[in-house]
Amino acid sequence: MLEIKDIWKVFNPGTMDEKIALNGLSLRVGDGEFISIIGANGAGKSTLFNAICGTFLVDRGSIVLDGTDVTRVPEHIRAKVIGRLFQDPMKGSAPGMSIEENLILAAGRGGWLSISSPAERAGFRDRLALLAMGLEDRMKAPVGLLSGGQRQALTLMMATMAHPKLLLLDEHTAALDPGTAEKVLKLTADIVAGEHLTCLMITHNMQSALDLGDRTIMMDGGNIVFDTWGEERKRLTVEGLLERFRVSSGKKLDNDRMLLSTAKDLQHDLKR
Amino acid sequence: MSFLDFLGLGQTALELALFNSLTVLALYLSYSMLNVCDLSTDGCYTFGAAVGAMVALAGYPLLSIPAAMLAGMVSGFITALLQTRMGVNSLLAGIVVNTGLYSINIAVMEGSSLKNLNKTTTVFTMLKDWLKSSGLGTWQNLIIGFAAVLAVILFLSFFLRTRMGLAIRATGNNPDMVRSSSIDPRFTTTVGLVIANSFTALSGCLMAQSQKSVTVDIGSGMVTVALASLLIGGVIIRRGITLRAVGAVLGTFIFRLVYTVALRFHLPAYMLKLVSSVIVLAALSIPYLYGKGSRKRIAGLSVSKGGE
Repeated sequence: MLEIKDIWKVFNPGTMDEKIALNGLSLRVGDGEFISIIGANGAGKSTLFNAICGTFLVDRGSIVLDGTDVTRVPEHIRAKVIGRLFQDPMKGSAPGMSIEENLILAAGRGGWLSISSPAERAGFRDRLALLAMGLEDRMKAPVGLLSGGQRQALTLMMATMAHPKLLLLDEHTAALDPGTAEKVLKLTADIVAGEHLTCLMITHNMQSALDLGDRTIMMDGGNIVFDTWGEERKRLTVEGLLERFRVSSGKKLDNDRMLLSTAKDLQHDLKR
Repeated sequence: MSFLDFLGLGQTALELALFNSLTVLALYLSYSMLNVCDLSTDGCYTFGAAVGAMVALAGYPLLSIPAAMLAGMVSGFITALLQTRMGVNSLLAGIVVNTGLYSINIAVMEGSSLKNLNKTTTVFTMLKDWLKSSGLGTWQNLIIGFAAVLAVILFLSFFLRTRMGLAIRATGNNPDMVRSSSIDPRFTTTVGLVIANSFTALSGCLMAQSQKSVTVDIGSGMVTVALASLLIGGVIIRRGITLRAVGAVLGTFIFRLVYTVALRFHLPAYMLKLVSSVIVLAALSIPYLYGKGSRKRIAGLSVSKGGE
């Protein structure tokens, strides 16, 4: 489904702030695979997503999506086959427009001058009802009036309704309260399974990284340092994962203090 | 002032308001929906007036209207091109086009800064003759102005519900979301500005033909006057896409009415621009200053302008 080969991205090359954000990263994602991605801040997780989406073009390497080389394809064209959610629930929908109008745009059906049919809008109502948030009765309400959780659930629905080939979730529950986050995560698992989507999910929550999906990768310094699936993954605990993180990134990094602080960050995240 | 005088005054104010409300509707599309403050409005208004006048002078009164609108579209396209493809800041793009249009407008008017349409056949004189022959008074300005405003409102009310219209509104509201809906915001910005500027040019064309002359500064300060009207309209009507377009027209009437009354109280005519500047300033800064106190409360809502 997705084949990333040796991609490189350097920000501010040749300056004091030079940062190798993607360091020859390669990744093969099978059709229908659900991968959770973990790693410390600055490990390059979001940068990887940006590279896949085409927010910027990579310096080297290639990205092949469903048999098509998209390495040089502009962002809005790739967006046709990629759905993406951000941590910020405000990012994925237009606050001044109604739920219905947001859905019409996300569905992306019909010509430029077409007007949504009553049948299509009835379909939206039915799908919204599946979220069990009462949104189906507020179709005309501006999205800006919804809560963060409602907005993220709506965005999830918008991102998946056009049947994307790839769904990218960038810590999409991190800004929500624990109860809502759990609800949205459950919804995510249901939709990904129901629509048989190929999905990459960045998370700071090690437990959900192991619980959700069928493969977990760990990133550090702009590359993948650990990749686990199947039986091995099933046996893995959060402590085990933390240990693997220490071992894997230790090989690449000499800076003990940075290592300690990242481990502490992660433990802090676990407690949250 | 006799009652008839007052009626006459009211009628003139109404006519001016109808013609100018087309520019206000243009800003409704570009400013309220697309969230682009199009500073080429002044030049585009004059461009429409000049092109319309020259085509009428050449003996094609009916053609003058589509010709002026087409001129507006070209101007809007260039403004859009500068800001979407050439990395020019959107305000600067408008200013640059506005400045360039000044020369172009004089060139269109064959090197002169004034063109007289006194003996020229225009849509207004055509309708006037027809009305006279049917024994109906001199309502040509009101009829044409009203018809044009109605047509533009009907168009907007349809257009803003289409997928393109929704995409334009979303572009002004949340460009990130538009990009992730696989729509190119550069494209929607261009379409929006092209349509908006065709209205602006139509506005200038009708204004020039109704007052039987066009000068190169006919459109000067238009953007502020129109913005003032738009903001007044936004205070009266806050909901509904079509209703708010009607509100924009009502705002133009109110602005004209206040101004006409002020003139009767010996406010010099040259104060118009200052009055509109103060109105725009008040309309933009009062909600801001008021909102400062309650910012925390509304921060999470972020129901801002654009696309609403």
